[in-house]
Amino acid sequence: MFDLDRWREIFQTINKNKLRTLLAGFTVTLGILIFTILFGMGNGLKNTFYKFFQDDAQNTIFIYSGFTSKPFKGFKENRRVEFKNEDLELLKEKFKDRIEYTTARITNGVTVKYKSEYGNYTVRAVHPDHQYLEKTIIDKGRYINENDITNDARIAVIGRLVEKDLFGRENAIGKYFTLNKIVFRVVGVFSDAGGDREERNIYTPVTTQQLIYKNTDKIDQINLSYKMEIGPNGARRLAREIEKVLKNKHNIAPSDPNGIYVQSVIEDLEQNLQIANVLQIIVLWIGIGTLFAGVIGISNIMVYIVKERTKELGIRKALGAKPGSVIGMILQETIVITMLFGYIGLLIGNFVLNSMGDKLEDWFITNPNVSQGTIIMATIILILSGLIAGYIPARRAAKVKPIVALRDE
Amino acid sequence: MIQIKELHKSYRMGSNHLHVLKGINLDIKEGEFVSIMGSSGSGKSTLLNIIGMLDEADKGSYILDNVPIKNLSEKKAAIYRNKFLGFIFQSFNLINYKNAAENVALPLYYQGISRKVRKEKALYYLEKVGLADWAHHLPSELSGGQKQRVAIARALASEPKVLLADEPTGALDTKTSYEVMDFLQGINDEGKTILVVTHEPDIADMTKRIVMLKDGVIEEDKKVQQVRASEYV
Repeated sequence: MFDLDRWREIFQTINKNKLRTLLAGFTVTLGILIFTILFGMGNGLKNTFYKFFQDDAQNTIFIYSGFTSKPFKGFKENRRVEFKNEDLELLKEKFKDRIEYTTARITNGVTVKYKSEYGNYTVRAVHPDHQYLEKTIIDKGRYINENDITNDARIAVIGRLVEKDLFGRENAIGKYFTLNKIVFRVVGVFSDAGGDREERNIYTPVTTQQLIYKNTDKIDQINLSYKMEIGPNGARRLAREIEKVLKNKHNIAPSDPNGIYVQSVIEDLEQNLQIANVLQIIVLWIGIGTLFAGVIGISNIMVYIVKERTKELGIRKALGAKPGSVIGMILQETIVITMLFGYIGLLIGNFVLNSMGDKLEDWFITNPNVSQGTIIMATIILILSGLIAGYIPARRAAKVKPIVALRDE
Repeated sequence: MIQIKELHKSYRMGSNHLHVLKGINLDIKEGEFVSIMGSSGSGKSTLLNIIGMLDEADKGSYILDNVPIKNLSEKKAAIYRNKFLGFIFQSFNLINYKNAAENVALPLYYQGISRKVRKEKALYYLEKVGLADWAHHLPSELSGGQKQRVAIARALASEPKVLLADEPTGALDTKTSYEVMDFLQGINDEGKTILVVTHEPDIADMTKRIVMLKDGVIEEDKKVQQVRASEYV
């Protein structure tokens, strides 16, 4: 394998028979090219899924309420379930060893006005922990704090785009504006990886909102995050336990699929990644199929080459070439051709993927690429392919009888 | 150098056997220049193939340079061929994409000799056959006579005990044939054992001993007065 003379022999035969080599290699180039592109696209699809879930912390659990669908304990079906502050306190108390951050969330559409500028935005009334759960990034000023909650402070943290829309080039921090005609002071401006829609939101303290709305203690939604140590299985269990506790408190049938919804990001992410993985496996099989077609192609052409070179192989044998040396020569030649043309395919494929970049984002493919590991794997696959492709022709070559090969026509 | 006793060889041709060699006894000493003659089908090529270890006898013994040649594996046969024998063929059998020097160096490659030494030896033997200036030409750029001289240089390069030539002049015109024979005579003068298969009496007359084969047996085995090819060149 590392015999320099052998390499010289091989490169000489390849060099002297360029067209033949090109024909043999073309199928492999095509195979690897398709393989690389398909695999890269698969990765791009996965990247998109990851990106969807980047918006929120991955250990988040969302809890919503809705309408019951089953009668239970004398309550009729189709009853509206509403969370109150005490529900949040109950969860905090009951699962305090497993919970990290908690927040209530009340969502309202409001008309916002500053000087002559106004627009309609979504206001989320939340607890301070919401910042960590939503991965809100504070650009200027501060987020809502515990003082704001206890004082029912009329302050607001606005999205980057809200500032841009309403305040133009002014600095919004410290300015007063109105939400549904009630005056609030801007204490912070944020941005969010979730994109434009998230950055058009406004956050206010949950208590302020409850006070404004006729002094209620209702909340729309509870978000919480669990401690990472409990792992994905622990998270699943926690979600089910939360559901049970809340259903019990609100008199909802344990078998009722509606009424309360407990949704954990990790489960959603896992489900989606599973879809992506299945897709990638399908893609991988298509790729392997294509590669295999390439291997068969190269094997066929090598068999033909051996046939064409029968006389030469006969001469070599008559001059003292051992069967092993002939087998080695053909095998190594096949591997060299396979690898050479495989790498050309890999390079072109990579180039195509790179030049695609983010152009396919509309089709759910983000930053398609193949990793280093895949490239190493591809190399191993190529060597193996070469071995498989070279096996039959090499065996044919070994069987060449010099006496037959050299017989004069 | 070569001792052959009671050699038999038959081929299966469909349902019937074709008995080609029917008990050959042949003893060739070192330095001899022997031609094997006979009409086509007399078994002369089969005999040469067996001597060249390209084919195996069914019965009988064959000893080459005190080594019994029997039941050789393909690998062993390849090693012995490389070590003991130099082949010269009617159709030259040069590798068409290798130049003259590379062709001559090929048996040395299979001996595992280093590239540098191979190159030197190849040039030395090309010089010997008068083709040093043609070392970097491809076979397609050489005339028939030149090709055969390259083939002779290649056969000599591995420094074999015996040169085996199968109709070496079969594809050449008379003048070139004599030139080739002149070379072979020169090599034989230096002490190399040479075995030539031919059906041309004038070529046979240029060797020192003629073995006539007919229907698989030796009909006649005689020493002859060698005709020097240089007289005709």
